[in-house]
Amino acid sequence: MTKVYVPRDMAALAVGAKRVLAAIEKEAAARGETIQIVRNGSRGLLWLEPLVEVETPEGRIGYGNVKPSDVPSLFDAGFLKGGAHPLSIGKVDEHPYWAKQTRVTFERVGIIDPVDLDDYVAHGGGQGLAKAFEIGPAKVIEEVTKSGLRGRGGAGFPAGIKWKTVADAPADRRYVVTNADEGDSGTFADRMVMEGDPFVLIEGMTICGYAIGASKGFIYLRAEYPQCAEVLTEALEAAREAGWLGPNVRGSGFAFDIELRIGAGAYVCGEETSLLESLEGHRGIVRAKPPLPAHVGFMSRPTVVNNVLTLATAPAILAKGGEYYASFGVGRSRGTMPLQIAGNVKYGGLYETPFGLTLGEIVNDIGGGTLTGRPVRAVQCGGPLGAYVPPSLFDTPFDYEAFQKHDSLIGHGGLVVFDDTVDMAQMARFGMEFCAIESCGKCTPCRIGSTRGVETIDKIVEGVDVESNIELLSDLCHTMKFGSLCALGGFAPYPVESALRHYPEDFRKATLPAAAE
Amino acid sequence: MSGAVPWNEARAQEIIDAHLGLEGPGLPILHAIQEEFGYVPEAAVPQIAQALNISRAEMHGVVSFYHDFRREPAGRHVLKLCRAESCQSMGSEKIAKDFLERLKLEWGATTNDGSLTIEAVYCLGLCAHSPGALYDNEPVGRVDAEILDELAAEARNS
Repeated sequence: MTKVYVPRDMAALAVGAKRVLAAIEKEAAARGETIQIVRNGSRGLLWLEPLVEVETPEGRIGYGNVKPSDVPSLFDAGFLKGGAHPLSIGKVDEHPYWAKQTRVTFERVGIIDPVDLDDYVAHGGGQGLAKAFEIGPAKVIEEVTKSGLRGRGGAGFPAGIKWKTVADAPADRRYVVTNADEGDSGTFADRMVMEGDPFVLIEGMTICGYAIGASKGFIYLRAEYPQCAEVLTEALEAAREAGWLGPNVRGSGFAFDIELRIGAGAYVCGEETSLLESLEGHRGIVRAKPPLPAHVGFMSRPTVVNNVLTLATAPAILAKGGEYYASFGVGRSRGTMPLQIAGNVKYGGLYETPFGLTLGEIVNDIGGGTLTGRPVRAVQCGGPLGAYVPPSLFDTPFDYEAFQKHDSLIGHGGLVVFDDTVDMAQMARFGMEFCAIESCGKCTPCRIGSTRGVETIDKIVEGVDVESNIELLSDLCHTMKFGSLCALGGFAPYPVESALRHYPEDFRKATLPAAAE
Repeated sequence: MSGAVPWNEARAQEIIDAHLGLEGPGLPILHAIQEEFGYVPEAAVPQIAQALNISRAEMHGVVSFYHDFRREPAGRHVLKLCRAESCQSMGSEKIAKDFLERLKLEWGATTNDGSLTIEAVYCLGLCAHSPGALYDNEPVGRVDAEILDELAAEARNS
């Protein structure tokens, strides 16, 4: 029976995958063709979604941007045997966007049936956990440390050191918490891995739990991802049924289970201490650090809080060795990063590659420039708290340290492209406004500073005492950066300062002669 | 949205009790209450507070902290339009502003016939298909005026 892949990824659904699926099923029934539908995740070639694939003896053949009205002609062209059709992109594995990637964390995403544990195992799933049980907790932490894996949520803290801190903290119980509150604009890697390969996260959390001596894990998922919650729920049930979770994980004697929790629309809950407060049932108010969550976390117990990508990379590190993972990347940025190319861009998608590509290669060569065809003016890297980077800095290599040098951050790996119609003063204003909307309110620089920031930018745009108000805004940014409790208030100045630095003309439109327009 | 039922204290108590075994049951209870009744009724707040052995003020603080918990019922359908940077790069602000003007609505408001509530959301993870939206939890990518008008019409007629 021919396997036909129609993604259940949220992005594919957003452009009509469900209607395409219905059309394929209807057409197959009408023609008496028996097919097996697989609801895979997305390959990450997002501009081609819905990307329908057909399994043939030569490999999987893809048909991109399929509309329900294309389906009869696909059958006419013999697409079930990989027949030629204007929508065909040929073998998906040979598509340059796919073939040039180094897929480690996303190895199986888009390939397998995300909720079929047998398919997971057939594609190498489970080997990391088996290895972990073989070498014991201390060696697991050693491997993760050796791999150089850093927290993929944005802060980039070495994962091995965090795990060791929790493992060494004396306690009656410990916890593993997955931060799946992926709120940064321009990011969707967590969503894609959870929708496309949820077992890898389950396996990664289990490895972490085993390493640190925790028997309970939580996935704190944002409420904006309802499809993701469905996939995770199915996967957790399948894992429990098959003994991958429960009192005796895979016959090892190790007990571990995972509970899925849904957030409620607060961006700040992506900050780890706010997330823990929320998980405990409180307002998502940031905690002062120290104590670190590694010492005093969920229910005051030592807790590893890691991003989805961090935990989902652990199985590959265990299966292939820390040195294998560390062999990719540059400097202190080891391994691979799933880049998320988004916004006004021609070839938007997920592209996993070792650290070190330049920003220009990512935006122009891989992303193909803007969708509108106009020149790129700015790229916001690392979400709403990340800096706007102009094309003059496109030779910056994509790694933690190189970005820091330019007062920018790579964050969670999201890149949002803007064309030359963007008004950077308005983007700076939005940065402050967003911070004001989402501030938890605990510390003054963030709570009040963000509102004063919006007001000051409004004055600048109106042309009121422009230079002295710009100075005031810079001073405010400085206060927020160094006086805020967490990254929300602390990093909200990055988009503002970078806009001021690289696009000063946008803040002085009111005072410039009209001829300059 | 889902077929929400009228407020019923006994039913609320069942929902609360069903979650009390969880570690940190606050949010799961609020989600379940909202799922059942379509919003978090004022009467539920002291009831949950009592079950969790916290003050009514503290529980009120939790409900009001999160954008997603409604204090009153929404329209029959809910459309969440993304206003974050990626969607802005594709002109979402103007598309949303024009749409709200056509419906004579503000952000967060419901149409007079009660068919559609329009809310702002900050990122749906559909950033390669910006502008993005969620219509009754169904994702919509590459949102434009035509798509929005179709959704509003669909909401009116269902």
